[in-house]
Amino acid sequence: MITPLRALVRKDIRLFFTDRRAVIMGFIAPIAIASFFGFIFGNNSDSGSNSPLAVLYVDQDAGTISNAILADLQKQKPLSVKVSTVDAAREAVRKGSATVAIVVPKNFGTEAGRAFFGPEKKPEIEVLYDPSHTAEQSMVQGMLSGSVMEVVSREMFGGQTGQTLVKQSLDELDGNSSATLRNLLESVKQWNDSQGGGSVLRRGITMPYTVNPEAVTARTGTPYNGYAHSFAGMSVQFILFMGVEVGIGMLLQRERGLWKRLRAAPLSRSLLLGSRALSAAITSMMILLVVFGFARVVFHVRIEGSVAGFLGICVAFSLMTASFGLLIAGLGKTAEATRGLAILATLMLVMLGGAWVPAFLFPKWLQTLTMFIPTRWAMDGLDAMTWRGLGLSAALQPIGLLLLSSAIFTGLAISRFRWEPEG
Amino acid sequence: MLEILNLRKTYGATVAVDGVSFRIEKGETLGLLGPNGAGKTTTVSIISGLTTADSGEVLIEGRALGSDTDPVKRRIGLVPQDLALYDELSAEANLEFFGALYELSGASLAKAAGAALELVGLTDKVREKVKNFSGGMKRRLNLAVALLHDPDLLLLDEPTVGVDPQSRNAIFENLETLKQRGKTLLYTTHYMEEAERLCDRLVVMDHGRVIANDTLHGLYKMLPASNILSVELENAGEHFPLDDLRSLAEVQSAEIANGALRIGVGNLAADTPRVLEWLNVRGRNFTHLVTERPDLETVFLNLTGRKLRDS
Repeated sequence: MITPLRALVRKDIRLFFTDRRAVIMGFIAPIAIASFFGFIFGNNSDSGSNSPLAVLYVDQDAGTISNAILADLQKQKPLSVKVSTVDAAREAVRKGSATVAIVVPKNFGTEAGRAFFGPEKKPEIEVLYDPSHTAEQSMVQGMLSGSVMEVVSREMFGGQTGQTLVKQSLDELDGNSSATLRNLLESVKQWNDSQGGGSVLRRGITMPYTVNPEAVTARTGTPYNGYAHSFAGMSVQFILFMGVEVGIGMLLQRERGLWKRLRAAPLSRSLLLGSRALSAAITSMMILLVVFGFARVVFHVRIEGSVAGFLGICVAFSLMTASFGLLIAGLGKTAEATRGLAILATLMLVMLGGAWVPAFLFPKWLQTLTMFIPTRWAMDGLDAMTWRGLGLSAALQPIGLLLLSSAIFTGLAISRFRWEPEG
Repeated sequence: MLEILNLRKTYGATVAVDGVSFRIEKGETLGLLGPNGAGKTTTVSIISGLTTADSGEVLIEGRALGSDTDPVKRRIGLVPQDLALYDELSAEANLEFFGALYELSGASLAKAAGAALELVGLTDKVREKVKNFSGGMKRRLNLAVALLHDPDLLLLDEPTVGVDPQSRNAIFENLETLKQRGKTLLYTTHYMEEAERLCDRLVVMDHGRVIANDTLHGLYKMLPASNILSVELENAGEHFPLDDLRSLAEVQSAEIANGALRIGVGNLAADTPRVLEWLNVRGRNFTHLVTERPDLETVFLNLTGRKLRDS
């Protein structure tokens, strides 16, 4: 049986490599798209190429405080702050050329100062933002809060505007006012007077802590490599497409009478189907190794975890892909009618498996649902063995579940496969 | 060599093969004739083990064909109606592949492939991709693939469908060579002239049943007339007394078809002068006279009342 098995497998692999479209879809497409996604979304720490966020600043107050806020924001590295007018800023955000616009209203400095100590109404800073960038809006708002707090407090404790406002506030206090507030304002006045009237705090009120973010990856000091996830995702996607082609190819060969011819030889049906699955699994392994090899050489994607675990997941996913191809052939009636549905099913598997966006971004119920999607285990397993740097034990569950899926798909395929065209 | 006993196969309500029985002796070429849908391909599929019959038996050298892996299958070579070749591979790669399915490898495979290619005249095309072959060349390669493992029994399911006359002739020559080498051939076709040229014996099928099983000579004997005189008459538009002609003892049949008088006689040499004299006496001059042997087309018409290609 070895000679026929070897011939059947070799024939399938030869046919794959003689099909230019299949080779492009199998090797070139995942590398190209994964490189692109890795570059765009990878957050690669060594690239240093992340663009600063475009922010427009509309200063309707044009006072000391609003100018100081602008200067402070312009020092923030993640932001690129430019001065604009209200109309121009609104238009720019609508068109998407600016992500966020900050509109500081007239008399902001005075009103903010008063509100800093007293119960007066707080002035309102308008933040215009592109609704497709809510995360960025939150980030800008946070940085703005820090700047405003620091600048206003600095000005209140020693600044010219602050001294005037404290004096005015004390004069305006009546008998009903809180004794505590009066004491506070008088203390501030005394502080300002003791500083000689011209001295200003070097810093206002700032956050009493600093943050040291650390990406927890395989090893301390090993930066997260976003290409690892994108290469895993695109490998999974295009290998499944290869699986679809295996199934469609089987249907086409059935329509052309080739299966019938093969069965004229003294070979068992399980050998014929098994050889097709084996050749698909070998092709899948080749794609995985070439694609990750490219990622290793060009983008320094490393198997930070267990190499055996990585290979185990590759083998299990390859077998799952092969059985997926058999299942398509088993369920399909004609190649033409099956192709569209098979591609749709593949895209669902890829999407729900977290190959496009990580599964942790899904709602909780969807995350639970994806536990039943084999591609999710392939993705989790590949992530675990690459950038997460986990050991062999972390690969065992994904491997087991991928093999279980493969067994289920194979069983279904064998029970449903028809050797002759319908009708 | 091959014995078929009471084969029956149904697909739902359709009876594809209904009680088919025949046998082929070693070295014999049997023609399985019938129109499309007669049940020929289903019969071949059952013989080659691709389709399981609902009932009946297929015996090869007295032994029933067993499972998919039955070694008896090595004695059968199938030339399917559909071209079973991989277009993207070369002729050589196709032969290597199909040979390996029968456990051929190395020098024995190379030798078998060389011999098969030589027989079908494609030796110089060995490295060319099949997709560049003409329809006739593909048919010949399809035949070569079935010969690799040197089968005793060759099942040829309409092997000349869609090929030009030159390629068809080449395939006939290949098959005649195989006959001379002592191979047993089962040849299905709906072309009567092919069966006439190649086959020692003919099984005629219609609607899944065997309606005749005899040698060519035996089938002709089933016809009311063994020979036809086709006479083109002067004044063809005039009434002709066909009944008077039929009353002659020598005349087995008489009809007017396409403006010609067609007269069936048993003995061409003895009966023709008497018929011509009868015409002369009645002043029925003729401009042209030809004699015809009836063909299998006529046999089929006689057996079923339908023309083969109209079926």
